[in-house]
Amino acid sequence: MKNFSNARRQFLKTSAAAGAMAAAGLCAPAALAQARTVKIGYVTPQTGPLAAFAEVDQFTIDGFLQSVSGGIKSGGRTFDVEIVVKDSQSNPNRAAEVAKELIVDDEIDIMIVAHTPETTNPVTTICEIEEIPCVSSVAPWQPWFIGRQGNPGDPATWKPFDYTHHFFWGLEDIIAVFLNMWNQLDTNRSVGGLFPNDADGNAWGDPNLGMPPAFAAARFDLTDPGRYENLQDDFSAQISAFKDASCEILTGVVLPPDFATFWTQAAQQGYRPKAASVGKAILFPSAVNAIGDAAHNLSSEIWWSNVHPFSSSLTGQSAADVCESYESQTGKQWTQPLGFVHALFEVVTDVLKRIDSVNDVEEVSAAVAATDLQTLVGPVKWDGANLPPFAQKNVSKTPLVGGQWRKSDDGLFRITIVDNQTYPDIPVGGEMQPIG
Amino acid sequence: MFVLDTLIQGILLGGLYALFATGLSLIFGIMRLVNLAHGDFMIVGAFAVLVLVEALGLPIVFAAALAGVAMFVLGYALQRLLLNRTLGKDILPPLLVTFGLSIILQNGMLETFSADTRRLSLGPLSEASIPLGGGLAAGVVPVLTLASAVLVILFLNWLFYRTETGRAFRATSDNPEIAQLMGIDNNRIFSLAMALALVVVAIAGLYLGARATFDPLIGPSRLIFAFEAVIIGGLGSFWGTLIGGIILGLAQTIGAQVSPEWQTLSGHVVFLIVLVLRPRGLFPRSVD
Repeated sequence: MKNFSNARRQFLKTSAAAGAMAAAGLCAPAALAQARTVKIGYVTPQTGPLAAFAEVDQFTIDGFLQSVSGGIKSGGRTFDVEIVVKDSQSNPNRAAEVAKELIVDDEIDIMIVAHTPETTNPVTTICEIEEIPCVSSVAPWQPWFIGRQGNPGDPATWKPFDYTHHFFWGLEDIIAVFLNMWNQLDTNRSVGGLFPNDADGNAWGDPNLGMPPAFAAARFDLTDPGRYENLQDDFSAQISAFKDASCEILTGVVLPPDFATFWTQAAQQGYRPKAASVGKAILFPSAVNAIGDAAHNLSSEIWWSNVHPFSSSLTGQSAADVCESYESQTGKQWTQPLGFVHALFEVVTDVLKRIDSVNDVEEVSAAVAATDLQTLVGPVKWDGANLPPFAQKNVSKTPLVGGQWRKSDDGLFRITIVDNQTYPDIPVGGEMQPIG
Repeated sequence: MFVLDTLIQGILLGGLYALFATGLSLIFGIMRLVNLAHGDFMIVGAFAVLVLVEALGLPIVFAAALAGVAMFVLGYALQRLLLNRTLGKDILPPLLVTFGLSIILQNGMLETFSADTRRLSLGPLSEASIPLGGGLAAGVVPVLTLASAVLVILFLNWLFYRTETGRAFRATSDNPEIAQLMGIDNNRIFSLAMALALVVVAIAGLYLGARATFDPLIGPSRLIFAFEAVIIGGLGSFWGTLIGGIILGLAQTIGAQVSPEWQTLSGHVVFLIVLVLRPRGLFPRSVD
């Protein structure tokens, strides 16, 4: 009933305005100034195992609402903005369900979604079916694009999407970053791989499409003992395999508690590689600080940091400013999703500035596709740069560099960028250092 | 050498599983209550220690002792005020209530402590190990875990077989109606059992939080191993639970040597084999 009365009030307001215009006999800009409120839906994993990703949401949403408190001006009109946030509970089925609620019950105009394929894929799939423009991020583009295809195994059948657009980086970028970091060190080029039996582990460890062929081409030997189940209490089999192959480099995509178990047990068993470049496990500073001193010089891919030379198109703040204000407001260290959630709101705002009517989904989607924006995480532009043809329409790649966690004077671990060969504009803070 | 390494690591892992399982074994043995929130209570225990260490600056041993007292009180109140009301002929109500508790605890901790990954820091001890020669080494923390499991079981056996309270525990476990006729207050016995179980759970939480990292949602992942250790060992026998944990640990490390894909699976397979051959477990005490 609420929706009905809103629509009715809207109708009355519009007809009153039209009446006033007719009476005045001229098209007064003032009558056009207040267009209807635009509703943005946002699906995010506020609870469940992915909840750490969503910790930046409240801060970012508050900042966004403040920056658009006067409405978003587009041509002659001003859009008021409302955000409806729904929790996916880190569950793909729940994510799809709340996406439907947002579309059907809340009647949102545009959707944004972030934080791992478990959240982005179900939501963008629903948006594609329901024809709601959607912008997503914080999931490597391969699982986002290929994972949503009817037949992920057959590239000939892959089709681009009409209403859903994504910005982030891909597996090829991680591989390049890791290889660049390892080449800075003097090692025996023997790599141990920790790949769990989950979507990420299988993608990274895939013998044809994952890391193994890329490592082989770069003359690194990979020891891959096999897929393990997540949340183990013992990694002695992997440790003895890596010791036998004298792996001086460790890589993998590991859950934080599993990496802590592995790294502690490896220390007890006397195994310490020169480099440990792992995805997922050391994304968040809380996980790195929890590992303690043994976390010094662990390395990983860096999506975004406080030294990235980009600034917000919404607030003009630099990356360093945003991180600083996050830390002072929340009392917690900044995390990498912070920049990307901010950038999602930047893209939506930019799109709203370039459209005539938010009711025309084709126009909104075309405006998303035509985006050419310098955001907090770098340029976002769906021009297909550095992408295979099938993904060029829907994916925009953001820069990826390599970094190491180092203990700073206050006892907390912070990221130092150590390799920028993949994006030289991002300044390095030092060279890659071996562990130990 | 590497066979020996696998066996050592398996036995040490078994110590951890036995510690996870003992609290479960205690309450399941006495009141046939399946506590689905068992894993979450371990995390509550770990957070209790963490709060005492961080807020009061206590050394971890004192913090753990204090957390044990707090968990004792919590366990007693929980059983007295909530779980006793669900016990009866039907096994479904306690199952549902503890399932609900599990969800409440997870989200309560998420709200209170955020999704951050935490660890109970033992300093240099956490990475220390005892060299055993020939390149073999046993981590100090895993050895302490196994030793604690043995000590906890020694204590519980003493309590069960050498004290009056223990006799009441056993009587209530064997036949609650007749125990009641003999003047035993079953509700009080059940509450004591839950209180004791949560102390053991706090010790398990201490080691879970010290050997690696934990977060509010990690509890349920350890529940299945605890159940399997209890069932393999046989209901009501604490030594059985220790043996069950070690069998499970060995099955996992040996399976992992074949291939890491077999690590979890071989534990489950051994559990199923035991269930088929000895449905009441290897060393059952009670006769139901």
